[in-house]
Amino acid sequence: MADYNLPVPVPQPESDFYWEKAKAHELWFRKCNECDKVFFYPRDFCPGYHCKDVTWVQSSGKGTIYAFTIVHRSPPPFREVCPYVAAVVELEEGPRMPTNIVIDDPTPENVSIGMPVEVIFDDITDEISLPKFKPV
Amino acid sequence: MADLSRMAAIVGVDESDEIGKVPNKSRLQLGSEAAFNALDDAGLSLSDVDGLFVAGPSPYNMAEYLGITPRYTDGTNVGGSSFVIYVEHALAAISAGLIDVALIVHGEAGRSSRAYAGDDPNMPIAQYEHPYGLVIEPHPYALAATRYMHEFGQERTQNALGEIAVSTRKWAQLNPKSFIKDDMSMEDYHESRWISWPFHLFDCCLVTDGGGATVITSAAVAKNTKKKPVWVLGTAEGHDHGEGILQQADLCSTIARETGPRALEMAGLKHSDIDLAMIYDSFTYTVLITLESLGFCGRGEGPDFVANQRTAPGGDFPMNTNGGGLSYCHTGMYGMFLLLEATRQLRGECGDRQVAGAKTSLVNGTGGTLSSTGTIVLAAD
Repeated sequence: MADYNLPVPVPQPESDFYWEKAKAHELWFRKCNECDKVFFYPRDFCPGYHCKDVTWVQSSGKGTIYAFTIVHRSPPPFREVCPYVAAVVELEEGPRMPTNIVIDDPTPENVSIGMPVEVIFDDITDEISLPKFKPV
Repeated sequence: MADLSRMAAIVGVDESDEIGKVPNKSRLQLGSEAAFNALDDAGLSLSDVDGLFVAGPSPYNMAEYLGITPRYTDGTNVGGSSFVIYVEHALAAISAGLIDVALIVHGEAGRSSRAYAGDDPNMPIAQYEHPYGLVIEPHPYALAATRYMHEFGQERTQNALGEIAVSTRKWAQLNPKSFIKDDMSMEDYHESRWISWPFHLFDCCLVTDGGGATVITSAAVAKNTKKKPVWVLGTAEGHDHGEGILQQADLCSTIARETGPRALEMAGLKHSDIDLAMIYDSFTYTVLITLESLGFCGRGEGPDFVANQRTAPGGDFPMNTNGGGLSYCHTGMYGMFLLLEATRQLRGECGDRQVAGAKTSLVNGTGGTLSSTGTIVLAAD
């Protein structure tokens, strides 16, 4: 962990809860109590219809790949970890979130849109665990 | 709403003295050179400027460097679309009677900058995208393209992206200022190395240095400028998500679906009335979905629309005739250069690449991560 040199998120007041739960290896989203929309990223109001009655719900961590790219060229420090898969995963509760798909051999044959995935957590610092996904 | 069509005109355009690889000049230097050159093109001088529009450097830093004290300032920064959107803002300020002469300036040492400005670590993308290596523009744009391939077919999408890269290169070969003029075949395209799958090297814009400037004036001032005015017929702007890809609801279209029709309606023109399309080509994919979003063709029809080198020299849909961000010049915020080429084409100044009889042009700038668009319609008398 000490030698982790990729960008580390700086939690913001409205996302402290999200990152605290991630540290406990749980994935939580905001949900609107009026329209039932589950949304990402966390805000203290619903971006759909702008109601302010929102709560937190835990995700099952299961979803599918919505879109992805296999990154072959990236500036430092990501240059050292190419190739890697950056993706948007659609969770079964509805929201979509950017992430990495963790697989050994990132080729177009091994990754596809619609592929079922589940969350794993990468403990990158003592405080921050990054939600990533692996094929089910 | 008020009819602002033809209340302002582009009267001066130019690049900095050099573009491409210019390691001996800062971004403020490049912007200043372009400002002097564009004002000279108009027959005006810095002392005539009363409105300054700058994205990138803060407008007061640019004004200080130029030694001017504008009474109207706009530093709206919505990425590379900003300069196209400034045409609407300049039109608004001119038609409101607040200014007569607007100077829109761009300078960027995209290739040779000596220091990286950095990103704001408090913004959402710093928490939710950068940690996953979505860190330079090819990554999220390529990610969006996989969704298009999924919905509309992988092979036809990849061929369409190749058609756009190749046709744009052909135009670049006719522009003496282009950064790359080498021949490119479809085979060359498909064999170029991966940057971020499904993007090859030739799907991605250049990274160059350069400056550009555009001078817009009231109709009254435009009567006495050096060259014939290019009229602003229609304008529209919009954005539907911020930096990054995470809030883009539809990865296969941009807000040009709204700004395109609005700009055309204001201009009183139809798609078929447009002689030249200048479409921001940060990536080949940007062009593909912008053509669809603007309404030149339907959703998923872009690959058929650009097939058989239709957008190349000699094709019946001239597009990005300067060689585009893909082959002519892309500093980082390319939108300014769209304005330069559209104006020159409508003046008939483009030599070997001149589109014969071009009277109208639609210009669409795209900024951020497919986030923001400005669409304008221009016409010569």
